[in-house]
Amino acid sequence: MTANSAKALVLPLAVLAAFEVWARATHLQSDSLAPPSEIVMALFGAFADLSILAATRDTLFSTFAGLAIGTIIGLALGIAFGIFDTLNRLMEVTVEAIRPIPSIALLPIALIALGFGYRMEIVIVAFACVWPVLILSRAAVRSIEPRLMEVARALRLPPAQRVWKIIVPAALPRIFVAFRLSAGIALIVAVTVEIAINPLGLGAGIMLAQQALRPDLMLAYLVWIGAIGYALNVLLVVAQNRLFGRAALSGDGA
Amino acid sequence: MNRAALLWRVASFAVAAGFIALWQLIANLKLVSPVFLPGPDRAWASLVRGFSSGDLWSKLAGTLEHMAYGWLAASIAGIAIGAIIGSSRTMRTYVAPSLEFLRPLPVSAIIPVAIAMLGLTQAMALFVIAFGAIWPIMLATVHGFGAVEPRLYEVARSLQMSRLAVIFKIALPSASPDILAGMRLSLTVALILSVVCEILAGLDGLGHWVLLSARAFRSADLFAGVILLGITGYVTSVAMSLAEHKLLAWQAAQR
Repeated sequence: MTANSAKALVLPLAVLAAFEVWARATHLQSDSLAPPSEIVMALFGAFADLSILAATRDTLFSTFAGLAIGTIIGLALGIAFGIFDTLNRLMEVTVEAIRPIPSIALLPIALIALGFGYRMEIVIVAFACVWPVLILSRAAVRSIEPRLMEVARALRLPPAQRVWKIIVPAALPRIFVAFRLSAGIALIVAVTVEIAINPLGLGAGIMLAQQALRPDLMLAYLVWIGAIGYALNVLLVVAQNRLFGRAALSGDGA
Repeated sequence: MNRAALLWRVASFAVAAGFIALWQLIANLKLVSPVFLPGPDRAWASLVRGFSSGDLWSKLAGTLEHMAYGWLAASIAGIAIGAIIGSSRTMRTYVAPSLEFLRPLPVSAIIPVAIAMLGLTQAMALFVIAFGAIWPIMLATVHGFGAVEPRLYEVARSLQMSRLAVIFKIALPSASPDILAGMRLSLTVALILSVVCEILAGLDGLGHWVLLSARAFRSADLFAGVILLGITGYVTSVAMSLAEHKLLAWQAAQR
């Protein structure tokens, strides 16, 4: 295992070293590239003046706020559609008509309705997060062991308790998989909105660095955004394995 | 489709029509300012006007063109690179982990770098779309190659097939469901990145159209553009599903 992870590091380290040597040898002057050592320096600089931390806070705030709202809406709809087949069939055309709208296409609508800032970003992130949660939680609720529902009926649980005590716990592992997918989407959408238009957070930071012709800072932001995406993914995968173990795998396509 | 299913469909369309009527009612009563929310009648009129004057056709064509070129380039490169990595054990141990590390990177973060290198041009848009769309395809290809039934490789060895023959005759066909699923995912990515690039670089397309409409507070045109983008997303994904179904028919028959 350690031999394999060492091998995994060979390629990235070799590329970085070759790039560093090449940049030094040619005395690279560029608006789009910088040697790795300067990128690291720029990253430290951005940490030192707290600018990248503030940007990270803004981006993550929008990401998680949108994720929370989108997950709650998606979960409520998904569970309702999963329990009441009639409702699901009646809403099918409406859902299939709205779902394919690319989240980013809502950007101009959110812009004129809400203006720049957190709110418009959160709305777009939430819209993007609703669909995976809705679809997967609907499927999860439908695949609940029918005998559990019979138990609920035999115990004459009222509907609210039926949802809370039977359906949610039984479907939770697969719902968490949906949440994990949505979290990845949320970060992507948040950064994209910031890059496209919203003067907030990491996306705006990287655009500003590009416009200021600071390739070292721009690439430092890129590395940092990549690290956050990776960390979020690892965190959620670990949480999934800890919380649900193999139970979650049944619903995981990947 | 049997009769009950047909009835459900009709009922479902009726519900959707009910929502549109509700939207119309809200717009008519001006519960939301018409600056932000045009009624469906005005959005529809804008769609008709845009198409009859040819404006929307050219915007739609622009977006489809960006999307198609980027996606095709990504598909070809993604399958080729994925095949090279997937078919070699050495490459898999040395390269695949780096790819896994890059996968969760929000691809739009590459846009500023692309702008710095290529400027606000078509080439930039094409690069960004292809870069974003390549990941699902490439990773699906690597994964598909890894999941090929090992006995098929043994057969290839005993037949002394060359590496190219193994790729084309054994690995690609058995990895095709994975690859097509990756290509379907990429289609959505390509559409989103096309819109973002058009917004940023002012390239001719629906993304630019909706942004201009928003800036000018022409909400009817804006909604028309968004509706058209939704239709684009829907039609391309349905077309991809049909293609998948057709291309994989031989596998379904086999099982």
